[in-house]
Amino acid sequence: MELMICCAARALEDGRTVAVGTGVPCAAAMLAQRTAAPNLVILFEAGGVGPQLPTMPISVGDSRTFHQALMATSMADVMETAQRGMIDYTFLGGAQIDAYGNLNSTIIGSDYARPKVRLPGSGGANDLASLCWRILVVTTHDRRRFVEKLDFVTTPGYLAGPGAREAAGLPPGAGPYRVITDLAVLGYNDARKRMEVISVHPGVALEQVRAATGFELGVREPPQATPPPTEQELRILREEVDPRRYIIGR
Amino acid sequence: MSNPISGDGSLFTDPSANRAREHFAHKPRALTDKLMTVADAVARLVQDGDYVAVGGFGADRIPTAPLHEILRQCKQGLGMAGHTSTHDFQLLCAGNLTGRGQTLRRVDIAYIIGLEARGLSPHARRVIESGEVEFTEWTNYSLAVRLKAAAMGLPFLPCRSMLGTDTFSKSAARAIDCPFTGERLAVVPALYPDVGIIHVHESDRFGNCRVRGTTVADWELSRAARKLIVTCERLISDDEIRQDPSRTFIPFYCVDAVCEVPFGSYPGNMPYEYFSDEDHLARWLAVERDPAEHKAFLDKFIHGVRDFSEYLQQCGGMTRLQELRRQELLL
Repeated sequence: MELMICCAARALEDGRTVAVGTGVPCAAAMLAQRTAAPNLVILFEAGGVGPQLPTMPISVGDSRTFHQALMATSMADVMETAQRGMIDYTFLGGAQIDAYGNLNSTIIGSDYARPKVRLPGSGGANDLASLCWRILVVTTHDRRRFVEKLDFVTTPGYLAGPGAREAAGLPPGAGPYRVITDLAVLGYNDARKRMEVISVHPGVALEQVRAATGFELGVREPPQATPPPTEQELRILREEVDPRRYIIGR
Repeated sequence: MSNPISGDGSLFTDPSANRAREHFAHKPRALTDKLMTVADAVARLVQDGDYVAVGGFGADRIPTAPLHEILRQCKQGLGMAGHTSTHDFQLLCAGNLTGRGQTLRRVDIAYIIGLEARGLSPHARRVIESGEVEFTEWTNYSLAVRLKAAAMGLPFLPCRSMLGTDTFSKSAARAIDCPFTGERLAVVPALYPDVGIIHVHESDRFGNCRVRGTTVADWELSRAARKLIVTCERLISDDEIRQDPSRTFIPFYCVDAVCEVPFGSYPGNMPYEYFSDEDHLARWLAVERDPAEHKAFLDKFIHGVRDFSEYLQQCGGMTRLQELRRQELLL
């Protein structure tokens, strides 16, 4: 978990904006602010802009999300900031992800009317994935999650591949950027818009990553090893970001 | 994945701006005293079959007292707008499959069942998976845009999310080509709820309201709702409102009932007032695992109490609320 948070934090450039939810994304953004991206601005979809998070929020709308913030505004204002093209990153999750980075958080099962399991639905995920420039996903890596075909496309990745987002009417030039798992850091092939391995975590073999993935997985050459967390990253994460181990203790 | 121009989900409310105008033409706009009890407000303003939209964000600044009262008065066949609906959805769906008829009949879903980082509601899942509730998919932003369209007195608005996904296909949104640029856009129908229910920090007797912290979609909801019930932490004087009108977030003419309910967002969070009661919310989730235990819990905490202040007493009263205040203020 600590490595995943560090990888997520390292993916964020300084001076950018990021829309986050609770949990790992929030921890990653807080770590980024305390390391390479002190001028990273955090936004929450319920309206919190630029908070100085005293503790981990429980809800993306609770008081912590606008603690000593620059602005407490509305959901539409935050989403429309993204719609205007001013939110660089967003972090999302889901029960399933496919090779194009599409996400399912609506149902498990093939029949929409009679699903095996009903999940919460999009929330703001579809909006943020449609409207922010770069989508990051942090998730555990197994064949139940990394599937060839989603049971339901809740949230757009690259949809059916190159040009599909634009053909559907989504703002051009945006889309999935990184997937950070417990096994590897993945990105997307520029031409095919399919997921590919960028680096494999220490102690993990590339074949393990492939075996945990339910679709054909490319590799960005040359294959890299994920740098382990530095002592500084671990210290900040354990002492400042999550001293009560809410996230890193999972 | 093709790109349909129309979702096949049901549209539960009338998007007609003209019919909304006819309603608003008759909405009282005199500066009159609207102070009443929560029981009266719900009895007078929430009719069986109404479509309800709840302010705040799930368990943040939510109007808990009127939601309890809807259960106590056994309102039936309601519709609901579910933008990150967590404890509010958990409450309204507690009137389904618990032996008191069917409170919810149709739900516009953006986010339900979950309580964010706290986990999933077993009862909410039972209700949705039972098939007795009709639902249509949306997203948090598209629901806010639907309310915004209504607040503007329009029948629809465009937005740029949902396109290309099954969420769109199972919504009642449509896609159009922009008449100016030719670009493909999603358009969503205005949502004029029959009843909006919002909890605010302060209101005067006429319904001029102040809110602190994030406003979520409540600006839009307060204007979009045909009828609006406001609960407030504190009643303040009209003079105080007039001393700083820039702070008025909802004007009186949107409001049909004002109810003073201190700690009215409990067990949810109220910014600058008290934090959410995570122990109590965890208990809700725990008892829901067993339907009989859930029913006994509802009998004790909702149906077995006269009003919201009795519920607060049951939940630890002032001692607990003071703890939550200290948590909120990081003291």
